[in-house]
Amino acid sequence: MAAVDNNIQIVQSQSPLREAVRAFRQSWAGMLGILILTLVILFTFAGPLVYPVDPFEIVWAPLTPPGVAEQAPLGTDYLGRDILAGLVHGGSATLYVGLVAGFITITIGILVGAFAGFYRGFVDEFLMRVTEFFQVLPALLFAMVLVTLFSPTIYVIALAIGIVSWPTTARLTRAEFLRIRSLEYVNAARSIGARNQRIIWRVILPNALAPLIVAATLTIGIAILFEAGLSFLGLGDPNVFSWGLMIGAGREYILDGWWVVTLPGFMIFLTVLGFSLVGDGLNDAFNPKLRER
Amino acid sequence: MRMTFMVARRLLHAFLLILAVLVLNFLLIHLAPGDPADVIAGEMGGATEEMLADIRKNYGLDKPVYVQLGLYLGRALQGDLGQSFFYNAPVLDLVAGRAGATILLVTTALLFAILVGTLLGVLASHKPKGIVSGLVTLISVIGYSAPIFWTGMMLVILFAWVYPIFPIANMYDITKGGGIFSRMIDILYHLVLPAVTLGIVYLAQYARLTRASMLEILGSDYIRTARAKGVAEIKVYGHHALRNAILPVVTIAGLQFGSIISGAVLVETVFSWPGLGTLAFDAILARDYPTILGILFFSSVLVIVANLITDFIYRLVDPRIRKEG
Repeated sequence: MAAVDNNIQIVQSQSPLREAVRAFRQSWAGMLGILILTLVILFTFAGPLVYPVDPFEIVWAPLTPPGVAEQAPLGTDYLGRDILAGLVHGGSATLYVGLVAGFITITIGILVGAFAGFYRGFVDEFLMRVTEFFQVLPALLFAMVLVTLFSPTIYVIALAIGIVSWPTTARLTRAEFLRIRSLEYVNAARSIGARNQRIIWRVILPNALAPLIVAATLTIGIAILFEAGLSFLGLGDPNVFSWGLMIGAGREYILDGWWVVTLPGFMIFLTVLGFSLVGDGLNDAFNPKLRER
Repeated sequence: MRMTFMVARRLLHAFLLILAVLVLNFLLIHLAPGDPADVIAGEMGGATEEMLADIRKNYGLDKPVYVQLGLYLGRALQGDLGQSFFYNAPVLDLVAGRAGATILLVTTALLFAILVGTLLGVLASHKPKGIVSGLVTLISVIGYSAPIFWTGMMLVILFAWVYPIFPIANMYDITKGGGIFSRMIDILYHLVLPAVTLGIVYLAQYARLTRASMLEILGSDYIRTARAKGVAEIKVYGHHALRNAILPVVTIAGLQFGSIISGAVLVETVFSWPGLGTLAFDAILARDYPTILGILFFSSVLVIVANLITDFIYRLVDPRIRKEG
């Protein structure tokens, strides 16, 4: 009788979503990622309320090491601004750019990939040539050019990152569409007279979502690294305090004070790590077959 | 015959891509806010009237757009990428003068990543749950999530204070004399930290990739046959399995050339390596648009060439593709 009970349990847990959630909760990478991201988000959004010091304000002598002055528990930068205040206030811009740029990347990537994979033929040929062209341009240099030509505001930066990083998503989406478009349920939808647009967005896309969600999570992490890189090169928005800006400003002073760049860099590292661990966890959840690798 | 046709097609394709990059540069100059002549002069509003008039005439800025495009392409294909008014030198000379250092850095980092990465991957595949596998996972987590310039700075701090054994800036020591040989040793010595910083990200990726494909291949029939014939284990790994496992690494490494150049821009800035990256950094500070666009163009050409080379290497390594042509 015990064997029968087991069978019933298996049948009950077959909702794909519930199955995925269960698998995600079993993946240590995914759960650790969620934990890290929760801490980062708490630090970024609740931090300024608990520690309302202006990150632009000069509070102590320049380049004070951590633990010396009470006004600056984590030390000061080359102007004497409080590092802890910078860490607390610098996260929201970084997260914002990461999310917006990630969204733009995914949107362009899905549009291009979906049309290429669905219509194939000439459309595919053309769109893939464009994708290939964008992959030839070194992404960071292209983003640097865009931001330099069109003023470094937080919106231009997010848009530039999106413009340079969509090809990977496009290729992924295209591959998924090519695979799914000839499956039986797509033929079934077509046979009852569904139009192309309906088949693309309502039939194929939902079935291609699993790898795209994983890709989206990783894309946010990559976009955050991009923003950090641009800020480091002095192409961040000078009016918005961000972790990348802190590193860029402290670049010349690494040998005078390790904390100036180490701490904001560590925050970026933690955030990106959180996103990539969640991506790993989602991958495990959606691809049970790959879990052993 | 088929081979020549293939080569010709590839070269034509590469040429079209280069043209497309030039058209993009042209569009960027014209889409940027403000007067294109100002953009070309590289001094927003600061250029003299004479200079602007000169540029308008040379670039035909009073003529229709397609004439301008034709003029621009014609000049570029003759090697004229414009004039940097900040450095007071032709952009092509500037870029050519710095390209060597970047190519040296990028290829060294790539070779380091491929060699060490494949080796680690093979070791990890030998014991899929062993220490090396754990190490590979750890490096790849750090390499994937840490900003590359931050990793570089951490190495600077480490090797400037804790173990001051490697130089942390520049390409060579100008105070040191000696012949060509000692100069080369000196450059290699300065190359260690930047190349390791740049390579470490890709090293971990290649190690993971090699590990995964080795595990797959080691389970296949022809490996079992080789083992059954009594082929030494080291030969099974090195000769039979690795030759196939390295193919995906070659493909990925070729595709990643663009992103490695992006990384090089950051790494060069950290270590003051006198390549295209530091040039781009200085050009951006000076709002020197012709130079920035020249670097974008030149590094895209590097990527296109690298893709061509990868394609040919791939054909060399994999006899199956060679036969199919």
